[in-house]
Amino acid sequence: MELNVTVNGESRAVPDGCTVAHLLELLGVDPARVAVERNEDVVPRATWREARLEDGDRLEVVTFVGGGA
Amino acid sequence: MSARAQDDGWTLAGRRFRSRLIVGTGKYRDADETRDCLALSGAEIVTVALRRVETEPGKPSLLDAIDRSRYALLPNTAGCYTAEDAIRTCRLARDLGMTDFVKLEVIGDRRTLFPDAEETLAAARLLVKEGFVVLPYTNDDPVMAKKLEDAGCAAVMPLAAPIGSGLGIRNPYNLRIILETVKVPVIVDAGVGTASDAAVTMELGCHAVLMNTGIAGARDPRLMAEAMRDGVVAGRKAFLAGRIPRKLHAAASSPESGLIE
Repeated sequence: MELNVTVNGESRAVPDGCTVAHLLELLGVDPARVAVERNEDVVPRATWREARLEDGDRLEVVTFVGGGA
Repeated sequence: MSARAQDDGWTLAGRRFRSRLIVGTGKYRDADETRDCLALSGAEIVTVALRRVETEPGKPSLLDAIDRSRYALLPNTAGCYTAEDAIRTCRLARDLGMTDFVKLEVIGDRRTLFPDAEETLAAARLLVKEGFVVLPYTNDDPVMAKKLEDAGCAAVMPLAAPIGSGLGIRNPYNLRIILETVKVPVIVDAGVGTASDAAVTMELGCHAVLMNTGIAGARDPRLMAEAMRDGVVAGRKAFLAGRIPRKLHAAASSPESGLIE
């Protein structure tokens, strides 16, 4: 069974039981370089291994980029 | 030689900084140029933006160019048009950057990038409650600066001119009034085009100045990073030294007697 979630505005199917940590692996991003928000609330990095995604979750995965003002 | 007054730095939220130049990390050609310009500027605080991650394998991360033991990160909320978006961005930045410092920007107009005062103040109040060290980008408005200080902001960051415009210090008199009005540090943010602009911010007595495009957009960004560093140092020294009053007429600096006849 799969779940449908939205990651950075794009819909994506992930396996049932997928955690935030697992999602980051699937995305191929370095966990040390990102922060994650689910349905407009930050998912603290200390909870990524336990935080299971739910069908319809809207996720934002962000990183620091060059910027001034 | 007798002891001279020295610039011993400034304090932001209980932290001591020697450099009064804060630099952005945007618009550089590559990681090498970013790294060099940060080092040559002498800055101890650097701003960064937060964006959706691009999942391209091997794409270098900005964080590779920033030595975290050398620079304090100041995440910004650039591109946010509502208090709500700015607050979400700050919370994500804290989780990612392990810092409570945030450069709060809530923009009100796409063409001028002028701040939305109402949304900025609403966001500042909430972020201060959540324990953030809030440095808000604001118009050069002394009344707004006082409201932001009263909201608990750690500094105020009035613009000198629109972001990226390079127009220089458009209203030095308002900056002086802001300096008289608030007790928190005044950091000029945006509009600095060249080293003399940076010097003017210091001569006015501002505590620090923040810039990005002025360096990154120069023909030789590395040389401009040094020029800005020197401009800030020179301007601060001139402020401490105390400039002479402006006079309409000349005052000779050579003796007026003893001339040959």
